[in-house]
Amino acid sequence: MTVAVSILPEQQLAALNAAYNQAVARKRLRLLLGVALFVAALLLAAIGAEVNLRTLFTYFGNFLSYFDRIFTLDSGQRVWTDVGEWLWGWRKWLKMLGETLLISYVGTLTGAVFAFALNFFAAENTSPGPWLRFVVRRLLEFARTVPGIVFALIFVIAFGLGPMAGVLAIAIHSTGTLGKLFSEIVENADMKPVEGIRSTGASWLSCMRFAIVPQVTAGYASYALLRFEINVREASVMGFVGAGGIGQELVVAIRKFYYSDVSAILLMIIVTVFIIDISTGWLRGRLFGKEART
Amino acid sequence: MTGPQEVDTAQIRARYPDVFDRPASARLATPAMIVAALGIFIYGLVDLDFSPSRFIAGLSQLGWISMMMIPPDPGSSLPIYLKALGETLSIALLGTTLAAIFALPVSLLAARNVVPNILRFPVRRFLDSIRGVDTLIWALVWINVVGLGPFAGVLAIAVSDFGAFGKLFSEAIEGADQKQVEGIRASGGSALHEIRFGLLPQVLPVIAGQVLYFIESNTRSATIIGIVGAGGIGLQLAEQIRVLEWQKVSFLILMILVAVAAIDFISSKLRFAIIGRRAVA
Repeated sequence: MTVAVSILPEQQLAALNAAYNQAVARKRLRLLLGVALFVAALLLAAIGAEVNLRTLFTYFGNFLSYFDRIFTLDSGQRVWTDVGEWLWGWRKWLKMLGETLLISYVGTLTGAVFAFALNFFAAENTSPGPWLRFVVRRLLEFARTVPGIVFALIFVIAFGLGPMAGVLAIAIHSTGTLGKLFSEIVENADMKPVEGIRSTGASWLSCMRFAIVPQVTAGYASYALLRFEINVREASVMGFVGAGGIGQELVVAIRKFYYSDVSAILLMIIVTVFIIDISTGWLRGRLFGKEART
Repeated sequence: MTGPQEVDTAQIRARYPDVFDRPASARLATPAMIVAALGIFIYGLVDLDFSPSRFIAGLSQLGWISMMMIPPDPGSSLPIYLKALGETLSIALLGTTLAAIFALPVSLLAARNVVPNILRFPVRRFLDSIRGVDTLIWALVWINVVGLGPFAGVLAIAVSDFGAFGKLFSEAIEGADQKQVEGIRASGGSALHEIRFGLLPQVLPVIAGQVLYFIESNTRSATIIGIVGAGGIGLQLAEQIRVLEWQKVSFLILMILVAVAAIDFISSKLRFAIIGRRAVA
């Protein structure tokens, strides 16, 4: 079966083709320029970061054999042939994982409370004064931009080694991120209830309590749960700088080349993160319906 | 003032039974959750050795530290710090690019509309487990492999972003319009043609936006991987904190803040330019 395809007359086609080629050529040139710029930036970066492909090629085998080694027991067998030996320290590690979860829980809750207290001052539509908004926003920005682990490094010196420094570091970082997200929810809230309540002569505080808070709690809780999820990961590395949690065990295992311990602890961290991800996702779905899940 | 008192509450109660006569379980749910949350919180405080005296002592120590931080002063090491900052930016740029290059083909294998479920599932779990491990942990692993220095940082960021990109890209691909792919198949294109001419033109702008966003957020990650010895400004920061040179510490923190703000600004402009132009064309 043949299909008839109508073809335009030769000269009409040539004109159209020329116009098409010109349009595409301009686009291609721009793309090419962009790519050239990007490659130049990459080369510059490669020099700056002391990238050495020879090192990579020489040692890439090490990377693969590293995984080979961390899945091998001292006896030379694969780890899964003797799970009891592999997870020999599970009691201690579970306790440390529990501590990690507690650090992120206490830190997230504290951060959420502070963010809750501050976000009304940072939101465009509810802030009592522009200067106050400016100050609170800069404060939140600072808490958000300085990485949590830097706070942890400083707090370890101020409050001493231990989980307390980790909790405070996570609390401050969460205050920054949640404060911004919370204030964005408030900015999207309906202002009519506020007008209604203000027209009865209510104070600013009652306006917030009875007009804004009922609208925004679901969103707040959803973001706080999401933050908790992120903070579990963050808390798992707080131990690297001595701020408590499973990170302490992990860093010792990595630095001292206790290979099978590394894989055992990593496995436990990954499983915990999975469980937390799934259960908070389920909880968010239960509490706020499907639309609040993302 | 007569208005509110004259409301017939009985009638209102009768009209809205589900507001006034909620079952006890529904009324108790919120307080119970709050009590449970507070209970865990207090247990956490006790278990993590919080004590008021330690807290106050720490706060006064912290106040003293902040006093020592003012004014920020790099001393004579400004050139070293600038070089370290450049290193950090390089780590972020290279790591993200590497991750994007490797993640693109893998993300095709994780997309529902490209491969069958049987292949998709293991690829997804693989990406999930990579993402479950923090960048700092990857940095420690790579230091064991290629030695201390920024190169380990590049590889750490590349690996951990590889997991994130794989997931994000595959979601972008799943969200793409199937009609163009079908059109290509109808005109006799192979599976590769379908991907090249049907999928990629749709998803590339989305992907470019995500990559730019990650370069931005990786500038933050790259500042901290130095803490474990993987190069960049974090190395300087951790060193100065350990030797209690607070003026240098505050200067370094300021440098990080300024750099992050600058990168934020540039990448949001670029992102807008890329996505805006494609959306119009």
